[in-house]
Amino acid sequence: MTTTNTEKTWRTICDSSDLVKDSGICALLVKDASEGSKGNEQRVEEQIAIFHLPNSEEKIFAVGNYDPIGKANVLYRGIVGCIADEPVVASPLYKQHFSLKTGRCLQEEQSIAVYDIRIENELVQVFY
Amino acid sequence: MNSDKQLLSKAKIVVVGNGMVGHHFVEEMAKNSDYEITVLSAESRLAYDRVYLSSYFSGKTAEDLALTTPEHYDELGVIFKTNAKVTNIDKLAKVVTTESGDSFEYDKLILATGSYPFVPPIPGGDVEHSLVYRTIDDLEAIQASADVSKVGVVIGGGLLGLEAAKAVKELGLETHVVEFAPQLMAVQVDGGGGRLLKTKIEELGVQVHTSKGTTKIVAGDKLRYKLCFSDDTELETDLILFSAGIRPYDNLAREFDLEIGARGGIVIDNQCKTSDDDIYAIGECALWNNFIYGLVAPGYNMAKVAVKDICGEEAEFTGADMSTKLKLMGVEVGSIGDAHAKTEGSLTYTYENQPEGVYKKIVVSADKTKMLGAVLIGDTAEYDSLLQYMLNAIDLPEAPEGLILPMAGDKPTLGVDALPDTATICSCHNVTKGDIIAAIDCGAVDVGQVKSGTKAGSGCGGCAALVKSVADNEFEKRGVEVKKDICEHFAYSRKELFDIVSVEKIKTFDELLNSHGRGLGCEICKPVAASVLASVWNDYILKKPHLSLQDTNDTYLGNMQKDGTYSVVPRIAGGEITPDKLIVLGQVAKKYNLYTKITGGARVDLFGARVEQLPPIWKELVDAGFETGHAYGKSLRTVKSCVGSTWCRYGVQDSMTMAIDLENRYKGLRAPHKIKFGVSGCTRECAEAQGKDIGIIATENGWNLFVGGNGGMKPRHGDLFATDLDDDTLVKYVDRILMFYVQTGDRLQRTSVWMDNLEGGLAYLQDVIMKDSLGITDALEEQMAAIVGSYQCEWKTTLEDPEALKRFQPFVNSDKSDSNIQFVTEREQIRPARGEEKIAVTFITEVESDTTEKEAVAEEA
Ligand code: SRM
Ligand SMILES: Cc1cc2nc3c(=O)[nH]c(=O)nc-3n(C[C@H](O)[C@H](O)[C@H](O)COP(=O)(O)OP(=O)(O)OC[C@H]3O[C@@H](n4cnc5c(N)ncnc54)[C@H](O)[C@@H]3O)c2cc1C
Ligand code: SF4
Ligand code: FES
Repeated sequence: MTTTNTEKTWRTICDSSDLVKDSGICALLVKDASEGSKGNEQRVEEQIAIFHLPNSEEKIFAVGNYDPIGKANVLYRGIVGCIADEPVVASPLYKQHFSLKTGRCLQEEQSIAVYDIRIENELVQVFY
Repeated sequence: MNSDKQLLSKAKIVVVGNGMVGHHFVEEMAKNSDYEITVLSAESRLAYDRVYLSSYFSGKTAEDLALTTPEHYDELGVIFKTNAKVTNIDKLAKVVTTESGDSFEYDKLILATGSYPFVPPIPGGDVEHSLVYRTIDDLEAIQASADVSKVGVVIGGGLLGLEAAKAVKELGLETHVVEFAPQLMAVQVDGGGGRLLKTKIEELGVQVHTSKGTTKIVAGDKLRYKLCFSDDTELETDLILFSAGIRPYDNLAREFDLEIGARGGIVIDNQCKTSDDDIYAIGECALWNNFIYGLVAPGYNMAKVAVKDICGEEAEFTGADMSTKLKLMGVEVGSIGDAHAKTEGSLTYTYENQPEGVYKKIVVSADKTKMLGAVLIGDTAEYDSLLQYMLNAIDLPEAPEGLILPMAGDKPTLGVDALPDTATICSCHNVTKGDIIAAIDCGAVDVGQVKSGTKAGSGCGGCAALVKSVADNEFEKRGVEVKKDICEHFAYSRKELFDIVSVEKIKTFDELLNSHGRGLGCEICKPVAASVLASVWNDYILKKPHLSLQDTNDTYLGNMQKDGTYSVVPRIAGGEITPDKLIVLGQVAKKYNLYTKITGGARVDLFGARVEQLPPIWKELVDAGFETGHAYGKSLRTVKSCVGSTWCRYGVQDSMTMAIDLENRYKGLRAPHKIKFGVSGCTRECAEAQGKDIGIIATENGWNLFVGGNGGMKPRHGDLFATDLDDDTLVKYVDRILMFYVQTGDRLQRTSVWMDNLEGGLAYLQDVIMKDSLGITDALEEQMAAIVGSYQCEWKTTLEDPEALKRFQPFVNSDKSDSNIQFVTEREQIRPARGEEKIAVTFITEVESDTTEKEAVAEEA
């Protein structure tokens, strides 16, 4: 990657056929966090969990993959569902629920990042 | 909070002391926002759980013990100061002043100063390694001293002394307890109980010296100090821990003219007021009716009474029950009411079983109709019901001894219905049966809501079972079906779902949800549905429609470890393994650098495999003839066995062959919970079969079958189900029992709990299985045959399915691996790096704006 991507835009992650119905997959976002004009670039990796819930209103969600309570990159391996109509993922480690809409943890004061995501022409795209 | 403070009308409440009781007062008081509360704590930290102090030595940290945090007090709008010992009270100006000179005005003052350990004035006792056991700071001092000590002595063999002894033992020191009285726990336990307690505690490696008065402490010959006793004997030690009783912190009352008792303690009335109308005293510093309560529950009660009195509501403290149940170094001890039979004319019944280390005594009234007290050592199963008999003056059965005799036929059980509404159910939070009923009247619809509404069960937790049965009983009485709903998405129990799935021939979760559920499902109903679907149809569990239902352990066919890696546990039926296969395990572990351990289930576990490594690892294992061990599933785990008659000179049957056959027969069977078997070749029971769900012990004539044993949190021995069975009958019975369990067990119910919950218990199960009382045994056997016949190794199937293998790629758009998984080496093998050992990997945790995007936030190390 030569260009610095300070500008946020919709970027393609994978094919919609890579999604797993009612479950999660994980993607690695590699960003250039460039330090001004000197060109000493720093690359930053971010793991996101992408969930495909065809029976929900939004159908597709993207949140951070790091479980701030279990302190491991595991959230995409959690079971998804809803709690009082809020779509959630349950951490596979200690089972706390994180809202897929807001990233808020329903049991403890923690939250995870939420990303804008869409399916466009059979492609899964994230805005970053 | 600031705007609140400006309201001039707010009355000021100052609490001196932030121990357990002072904190409870604050929490109760803060519910009323008309007051400004200030707490002054002499300690360097806010309130923590003193009752669980000892757990500090078994791994709990100061944070774990904390009852509150500065943030929480801020939220409540409570002003607090630590290291703020109050040294002056000006009753006229209504001001208190701390050691450092800060002054605080009050309208009402609460003294919750608690007590301090009494250190008897023994000559030479005031030395460096002479310590007490009361605060977290004390614990730190004990730890530091233990690090440079070999032997520790606890002076005082009461309840706290024994707890302190446990701590000293856990710190790895040779431990002694020295008690002045002729027995341990003289306050709570009678002579007979004390004797047995001493034996049991000595068996645990703590040396007990009773009837020993310490006269002086001098320098030791071999160790740091020497205790000299009045009978001219001596004991050398490095560390001395005093636990010789407590004394109330009543110095403020003494100095500033509040009434105190002849032997100390701040005198309070039924409203917890001291001799000054605006000053209350609560907890261990308070003397009520000439008595100081050294327990938290009465203190909590006093706190509540004081709060109510301040708010102008009526309330009275009327004393408290001092019965206690505890586990001292693994020895169960219970003391209820008049344990010493001091009541005029009282009669006692005693049961003592020396070989098993059980002592039970009940004290009843002269006319044998009421329970007055009890002592239980070694087994406190009857504690709850005996306590209820006493507290509620319930009429005793004809033969009261039946209450403590083992196997007394129909043991009179005390139905919760028999309890009056005033019966205390949770003594920590003083919740009565009436309170629970009131909570249900106010709309609580399940036990969880009853608990959160009343706080019952949130203290020591000892009352949880009783709370549940009182609440369930109440729900049942109202015709409210006790909710066995597995979650908010399905108004059914696991058994009901099982019936729905089999009767309506439902094959997928979506079908089930559409026809009988609501919402999207969750991590509770999905795995239950998966287990039921697997039992009814025995489909390969990673088939597309089932895939998303499984817990990660089932999805990745391994147990997730704390760092997100997985464990690999191949099946080693019966624990028998050829040298060649053992070598393969070693080679695979070495090649993938996996941590290797023999498990408690007598097989080998390889830890630390990343998701992407699981398929290649399992490919090598499957190629070498291994199968999955289902260590991840709610399914058959291991059949533990001994070598039996093949090798052992005492073996009477071939337990090895039986174990391997059984393990191969039931492997892969999905159940409400995991299932373990044990097969022993003779009555010596080396395979610990009685501790397993299904236990089989060889006899001269065949096999004895035990059902419902388990280890774990609440160990239980299995019940003898049938004797001298031949091989075929044994397998037939086990088929039926397991299938019946699979169909009727509740979610996460081990066989023990399942059997106990069947109406009629063991006898009923024997009728169903051996006498076919329900006429279902043929069906059960057929279902089991179908499952046995369609077994497939889930790993083998997965490896052959490219679609399924896609799941094991960590990222959908990259070949990299997770950089947060890092290992370090310990004892020549890997282990997960701890936070502070990790090499920081830069990544952003949140994306908010363009600016934060550039600031790479290093992971919190
Ligand atoms: C690996 C092992 C410990 C070891 O280092 O030796 C182990 C490890 C775990 N045990 Fe265990 N147990 C292991 C033997 C036991 C035993 C001993 C035995 O089987 O004889 C017991 C007591 C016997 C019993 O089950 O009745 C045992 C009672 C438990 C319990 C409590 C069950 C209960 O009814 O109270 C749990 C919790 C649960 O299942 O809900 C548990 C849960 C676990 C879990 C699954 C906890 C978790 O979710 O991470 C651990 C993960 C296993 C893994 O990563 O592979 N483990 N566990 C043992 C694996 C045995 C095997 O070969 O499969
Ligand atoms: C090891 C151990 C095990 C126990 N186990 C049990 C059990 O199983 N069940 C049970 O019911 N009870 C148990 N207890 C007793 C229980 O902990 C006490 O009953 C309870 O802590 C009393 O609470 P309190 O708030 O009155 O006093 P404390 O918890 O002692 O708190 C008083 C606080 O006030 C502070 N203070 C004193 N003077 C001043 C001053 N002048 N200015 C400011 N602050 C001051 C003290 O430093 C202290 O922090 C146990 C106690 C110990 C030590
Ligand atoms: S006892 Fe079992 S569950 Fe607990 S830490 Fe050990 S292996 Fe894990
Ligand atoms: S009795 Fe301790 S929590 Fe209820």
